[in-house]
Amino acid sequence: MHEMALCESIRQIIEEQAGAQGFTRVERVALDVGAFSGVEVEALRFGFDVVMRGSLAETARLEIHQSKGQGWCLPCAREVEIAQRYDACPHCGSYQMQVTGGENLSIRELEVF
Amino acid sequence: MSQTRLIQLEADILGKNNGYAQANCAQFARDGMFVLNLVSSPGSGKTTLLCKTLEALKDTLDLAVIEGDQQTSADADRIRATGVPAIQVNTGKGCHLDAHMVGHAVESLKPAKGSVLLIENVGNLVCPAGFDLGEAHKVAILSVTEGEDKPLKYPDMFAASDLVLLNKVDLLPHLDFDIEEAEANVRRVNPRARVLRVSARSGEGMEAWMQWLKGGAMMASATLPATAPLAAE
Ligand SMILES: Nc1nc2c(ncn2[C@@H]2O[C@H](COP(=O)(O)OP(=O)(O)OP(=O)(O)O)[C@@H](O)[C@H]2O)c(=O)[nH]1
Ligand SMILES: [Mg+2]
Ligand SMILES: [Zn+2]
Repeated sequence: MHEMALCESIRQIIEEQAGAQGFTRVERVALDVGAFSGVEVEALRFGFDVVMRGSLAETARLEIHQSKGQGWCLPCAREVEIAQRYDACPHCGSYQMQVTGGENLSIRELEVF
Repeated sequence: MSQTRLIQLEADILGKNNGYAQANCAQFARDGMFVLNLVSSPGSGKTTLLCKTLEALKDTLDLAVIEGDQQTSADADRIRATGVPAIQVNTGKGCHLDAHMVGHAVESLKPAKGSVLLIENVGNLVCPAGFDLGEAHKVAILSVTEGEDKPLKYPDMFAASDLVLLNKVDLLPHLDFDIEEAEANVRRVNPRARVLRVSARSGEGMEAWMQWLKGGAMMASATLPATAPLAAE
């Protein structure tokens, strides 16, 4: 649902960059999407095509780099990989977990003309 | 064919919203305001709970409300009927309030210094989680008719909320909702969250929620000078 709003933000950032960096067409847009960013990748792809229509990224290829969730296990005192926010530690089974990664949502890079 | 080039960005896609949220937050701090963002699925009882809270507190606190809905001004009308100023923000196709909308709403609402601003977000357990409004806390409302699994199904929202109100507990005798399990599920996604059982209908548990609210309001306004000091000389 709010993937549309996110695509609007992406379009705005691209347009600002086009002004600042002087390009006229975008060939590829690479995004970093964390497991806990709340983004549905298919909805993002759909929204991207709709929102970029008529923009300088109209024909751009969307590349999505998904990253796993990361948590800090208190008993183990180390970083572990988790698939869900509420997952137990894969090493000790503890739920005393602080999410430390996977909430990111950013434009990694643009390939432009 | 012209050559392509690479622009490395690392640009936060929510950066714009976060910028507006920080500006709102700074203004709220300057004005000693206590601001809450109420989030839930549709129909959990946000407006009912707000109306009851406003009725009880309007004589002791300065209150104001921002109502977010995709359509209609019905909820703001319900709030205004209590005598508390409210402004409706219709998000149209949008599924959440954003910090820019809230900034504008605050401009026209002009809440008093030291006041409590309650923002009822669009009924949606997904999207509002990612959009900070500049609030002190998100408060998630989960009604007991929705099922005890909701914190696990919508973990982002419950992880982002500092207080969870389990509403409509007056209905518990008629349901097989396991409230202990619901609380355990909240703790699994957010060990730091406070959980309170309330009924906006019967008034059960409302005292604890309002104590929490008054405590927050007192802390937020503590930075304001008690009376405007007269400039010396
Ligand atoms: N039994 C019972 N019903 C409640 C309680 N709180 C709210 N309701 C009822 O739940 C229904 C929805 O309440 P609202 O206050 O409109 O819910 P809301 O969360 O504001 O709904 P939206 O703004 O549409 O998302 C109404 O019929 C209320 O009367 C409660 O504590 N107990
Ligand atoms: Mg409502
Ligand atoms: Zn561990």
